[in-house]
Amino acid sequence: MWVHLRIELYKIFRKPRTYLAFAAITALIAVIQIGLFVDGKEYTEFVMADFANSFAVDGKILNGYFICYVILQLLLIHVPLLIALIAADMISGEANMGTLRLLLTKPQSRTAIVTAKFLASVIYTLLLLIWIAILGLFVSTMIFGTDDLFIMKSSYVVIVKESDVFWRYAGAFCFAALAMVTVASLGFFLSFFAENSIGPIVATMSVIIVCTILSTMNIPIFNIIKPYLFTTHMITWKEFFDFKVNDANEAIVGSIQYPERIIHSSIVLLVHIIGFAGGAILLFRKKDILS
Amino acid sequence: MKSFNIFIVVFLFAFISVNVSAQDVNTLVMKVKNKLDQVNDYTAEGKMKTDIAFIKAPVGGVKVFYKKPNKFKLQRNGGISVLPKGGVSINIGNMIVTTGFTAIDAGFAEIGKVKTRIIKLLPNGDNNDIILSTLYIDEANLLIMKSITSTRENGTYEMEMRYGKFAEYGLPDKVFFSFNAKDYKLPKGITLEFEDTDQATKDKLKGKKGRVEITYSAYEINKGIADSIFK
Repeated sequence: MWVHLRIELYKIFRKPRTYLAFAAITALIAVIQIGLFVDGKEYTEFVMADFANSFAVDGKILNGYFICYVILQLLLIHVPLLIALIAADMISGEANMGTLRLLLTKPQSRTAIVTAKFLASVIYTLLLLIWIAILGLFVSTMIFGTDDLFIMKSSYVVIVKESDVFWRYAGAFCFAALAMVTVASLGFFLSFFAENSIGPIVATMSVIIVCTILSTMNIPIFNIIKPYLFTTHMITWKEFFDFKVNDANEAIVGSIQYPERIIHSSIVLLVHIIGFAGGAILLFRKKDILS
Repeated sequence: MKSFNIFIVVFLFAFISVNVSAQDVNTLVMKVKNKLDQVNDYTAEGKMKTDIAFIKAPVGGVKVFYKKPNKFKLQRNGGISVLPKGGVSINIGNMIVTTGFTAIDAGFAEIGKVKTRIIKLLPNGDNNDIILSTLYIDEANLLIMKSITSTRENGTYEMEMRYGKFAEYGLPDKVFFSFNAKDYKLPKGITLEFEDTDQATKDKLKGKKGRVEITYSAYEINKGIADSIFK
């Protein structure tokens, strides 16, 4: 299977669209960084307008950690499209080119072949996230420096101590990886049903858009299904940036306010990954390959 | 006629006692002012704890700079600090004012276990930001134990002081600063927090007084400070 995985990775990285995704991420992050470098003061003043009426905030709010948080908030909504471009093409692309039957003539089980394809799309997803981490976190801290992380939530403000931030990003990126692998597995699952790439890519994005809208709309009838939608749990990475306080309202360094939410969301996402990927493997084993 | 004489005596007694009391109050304020005037400048290091219901912030080190007559700067030793506007800049230079204000004796009160004299300072002019300042003064040691300052723009602030090693200069070891913390809400589009805060958390965040606690560990008094620090 290792050989087949290498072949699949080779195929992925031979496609120009793979690099298009990395280029798009680079451009998006550069745009955010340049924008905040030039007009960051105005941006923070706008964001904090209400808060600044009552409080004086002293310190370097616009630091690398804050920029990375902004990047993650914006990018994790758009990255699924770039992941779908590759993951939703894994089987349908071969079917479209007519190489699927040829591929299955190899002396390997169908399970090994399809698992290698899935793992290749997972590796691509992880590389994309590592690239976001390099540009969003490391390059941002090099340009903007580091300080405490100042986050404005809808009802309260969180200031995370500089020394307490990095491990939270490590956790947030690991969680984001889980969320993005869920998207990859959905695209991979849908690619099984079509013989061209466009259909599964559009279908993946449509599912994500519809589910995201359902997750964000605060209408009682949708609240019943919200806990089961993977899009509801994709934003749980933010829980890493909220900590517990003691009775005297003193921050407990190194704590997470709701660790159970992270565990619950991770389980839901894992179930989705197993469901989509497992479903694709099971169906592929019995599929009548005609192309 | 007899009753008229009694009325005159009572009136004179009341007038004299009010006058004596007013003089006492002014003298006391001046004595405290003179004690604080020993300090031309100081640098202090300490720890600051912010206890505001809707702000989660770690305890951090602070450095405070003061220079006569009214230069004051509170600087966090690295990191980001959030302080109520206007209030924390109340310092020994402007906490007690002797010109442009009328001092009124308002009786006695106990702060902790210390008996204090309550003095209300009312501004004579109409354009002053401070509407009323109430001082609780430990007469024996000439120390301001508590002050309540009502301002036009920034609400009411309460400061309580605890003294130790630097009491001879009128400088506190610990300052508790309380104020009315307003609720605030941001549009969700800005925060990208689509998950609404649960009701229990919302209730916890409401109607609580904000409090900033600064514990000073060391003062450097009258060693000279450059004006550039306050820019």
